[in-house]
Amino acid sequence: MSESVSLSLRDVHLAFGHHRVLRGVDLDVAQGATACVIGPSGSGKSTLLRTVNRLLEPDRGDVLLDGRSVLGDDPDALRQRIGMVFQQFNLFPHMSVLRNITLALRRIRKLGEDEAAALAREHLDRVGLAAKADARPAHLSGGQQQRVAIARALAMQPQVMLFDEATSALDPELVKGVLALMADLSSQGMTMVVVTHEMGFAREVADTVAFMDAGVVLEAGEPAAIFESAQHPRLRRFLSQVL
Amino acid sequence: MDPLRTLWETFFDWESMREALPEMLTVGLPNTLILAVTAALLGSALGIVLAVAGISRTRWLRWPARVWTDVFRGLPAAATILLIGVGLAPLGMQVWGPNPYPLGILALSLIASAYIGEIFRSGIQSVEATQLEAARALGFTWGEAMRRVIIPQGIRRILPAWVNQLIALIKDSSLVYFLGLLASQRELFRIGQDYAANTGNQSALLLAGLFYLALTVPLTHVVNWIDRRLRHGRPATGDDPDDLDLALPGAAGGNQR
Repeated sequence: MSESVSLSLRDVHLAFGHHRVLRGVDLDVAQGATACVIGPSGSGKSTLLRTVNRLLEPDRGDVLLDGRSVLGDDPDALRQRIGMVFQQFNLFPHMSVLRNITLALRRIRKLGEDEAAALAREHLDRVGLAAKADARPAHLSGGQQQRVAIARALAMQPQVMLFDEATSALDPELVKGVLALMADLSSQGMTMVVVTHEMGFAREVADTVAFMDAGVVLEAGEPAAIFESAQHPRLRRFLSQVL
Repeated sequence: MDPLRTLWETFFDWESMREALPEMLTVGLPNTLILAVTAALLGSALGIVLAVAGISRTRWLRWPARVWTDVFRGLPAAATILLIGVGLAPLGMQVWGPNPYPLGILALSLIASAYIGEIFRSGIQSVEATQLEAARALGFTWGEAMRRVIIPQGIRRILPAWVNQLIALIKDSSLVYFLGLLASQRELFRIGQDYAANTGNQSALLLAGLFYLALTVPLTHVVNWIDRRLRHGRPATGDDPDDLDLALPGAAGGNQR
């Protein structure tokens, strides 16, 4: 696996028309650390995640990997270094599970068919789905689809992984398996930014928890500090609702 | 004479039909197919370009695509074929000589492209935006994401509408007779019409009609079959080709001869 890198967001602003979604966000994730971003719906969490791999371009501010700004980089090359997992899995439904993973390996990484397939099977094995290589995504459960999506992102050997409410669309009994996989990845030293409503996961796995509301990070710190001794009244109110 | 019998013989004179049959089979049918299939391929290639231009963020691509679509969809097919076939004939004369075929095919392709472009556009737009986002997040360029992920999914959904367009092309190819065809270039309709004009008996024209039905009716059933299969899905076979591996323009799913 490629070495993971540190990630920093500096004063990131983004507006859709007059709607200011991000209003100066700062976030630091050390190399190999996991940051969980929590907060109410519409607070800008998912938008923030998309500024990291520049699916959305910030209006102002900076995004740094390993201390170096990436805003001048080629966005396509940047995205190859950053894996992303979505709420709705977003597997390509017209391809087998294996092809979902090999597509980018072959077309972007320019690996040969066999090499790509071998690498894909290795990652499918890692998420426990080696037997499903030839199945279509539609024939998999939501949890299995999300694990394939994680394998698809990991196969590109990213230096950072982004998770956008990866378990929010899953049936409750399938959430655990995906969270376990993410915790596993975190413990192996992947730099991760995880937008989640799973407070248990944030408490157990995160090195840093950032609470977002109305486009800014109101409070950030170690999980214990956030969950046991929250300072900001808005965060306390939020926690009292969700815990 | 019995008027009913006269009416019967006007349409069902076996002798006239038998006389016209060999030419219909060896000349008319191949020519109709050449016109329709070539125009379908060219029209699909142009249609993909139009569809992609039509959803472009640049208005300099979007507006021309819009105007093109409106013009060729809005004009009667006969008018387009005459305007192109006759209007460009002097130019065509210099390029390929006194052959009305290329211009006829061009006119049919332009008409088809307008309809097929709209069909493709709706197909592409029916693919969830999150699919594009997922492909871009993996590092695909916009073009590659369209080509590998979005278009192959869109194409599947519009296959029925696309086959309908092929049916329309088979029928519209008869209009090329306006352009004055050599004997060896006549398609089904023209051959039927020539026999009918010479004998005053409509049976050969009816035979031409039967040929058209023999082509179009099975295609309508293909449409229905595709539609059903898309609706109910198909069993996973494991090894079927995942994307159609489209070369960008053209080859919209198995229409090669």
